[in-house]
This record gives sequence, C-alpha cells and structure tokens, in this order.
Amino acid sequence: MVAERLEELLRGAFPDADMLRVDDRTGGGDHFQVTVRSSRFDGLGLVDQHRLVYAALAEPLADGSIHELRISTKGTA
Amino acid sequence: MNQLHDRIRDVIENEDVAVFMKGRPDFVMCGNSARALDALRAAGASFTAVDVLPDPRIRQELSAVSGWPTIPQVFIRGELVGGADIVEELQASGELQAKLESAIGSDYRGEREERVTSVLAAA
Repeated sequence: MVAERLEELLRGAFPDADMLRVDDRTGGGDHFQVTVRSSRFDGLGLVDQHRLVYAALAEPLADGSIHELRISTKGTA
Repeated sequence: MNQLHDRIRDVIENEDVAVFMKGRPDFVMCGNSARALDALRAAGASFTAVDVLPDPRIRQELSAVSGWPTIPQVFIRGELVGGADIVEELQASGELQAKLESAIGSDYRGEREERVTSVLAAA
C-alpha cells in the first residue's frame, strides 16, 4: 500500500512527530493528504517546511506512485 | 545558458505575481492549479500565468530553478511563495494579502488582471 509506505518514510524523516497522518483522499491510492507536526519545522517558513516533506517523499514522488499530494505542516513551538 | 531556463527566470523575476500552472486561468487542467488561482483571486491579486503543459521541459526546468517538485508554483516578486496548499493557507490567514502588500504596494488590488504568457520561444 502506498499510504503505508508514505507513512513509514515520514516517520523516518520526522521521528519526533506527535501528529502524523496520511489520508488517501479519493480511495484510489494515489491522491494523498499528509499532515505532520514536528519540531523539525520550528523556525522554518512554510516553503521550507514543505521542502522537508518533499525530500522525505522524493522516491514515491519520482516513481509516479503519488499523483497528487496535499501537505499540511506545523511546528511544535 | 539555455533559452527556456532564461525565459523562466525572466518571468519569475519580472512579473509581480507569476503562477506556473496546468492549463490556463480560463481553462484550468488541474484541481491544485485551480485552488492556487482561487486563493490569489480571493486576495485580490493580479497575476501572470504560464501553462506548463505544452512541453514537459518547462516543468523540468522550472523545478530545477525553484527546487520545488510540484505544480502549481506561485512567485511574488521573484520569491517562491509555494504551491496550492501554502497559498491557500496564507490566503486564509491573511498573510498572502500582507505579503502582496509589502512586495508590490498597497495598490496591488487596483484593477485586477489575469494575464497569460509563454516561456517557449515563438515558433
């Protein structure tokens, strides 16, 4: 399952996340909403926060398993 | 260097608000591009749109320039503001309007316009 793979990659990148969700928005397995709250985002602007998520998901983004990705990030500060 | 790269940089640096999107404002081909345009419209911003669909190299070069992997991409005065999620979030919080005002001036609302430009060399 792609959603589980995404969650695993995000857990690896944001081990301290106290909120981490991957929702399959359409049920089709390729439109995802990811929500992450982590101290890694503290002090960063939204562009840099989303860049960290893109970096964590670089592989599934590149191999086409994600057709659409929505991102919601929050720091803990 | 290469022409496409230079033309993309030129649009990013010289347009007050540039949106690289799938389709055109009057014929949007992707839900996320539509969300970004709606947020800009709600903020009262004029913008210049570039359709990335006519040639896959546009997307490649754009991502190389911006370091951002997805479409749409919104720039205000040369600065990457983000994709649909960020632009929507900033519009809802009022930060998008504040950003537009500080970058362009309080008259950014004026007569709202939606322009389209191409980054491909004329045939």
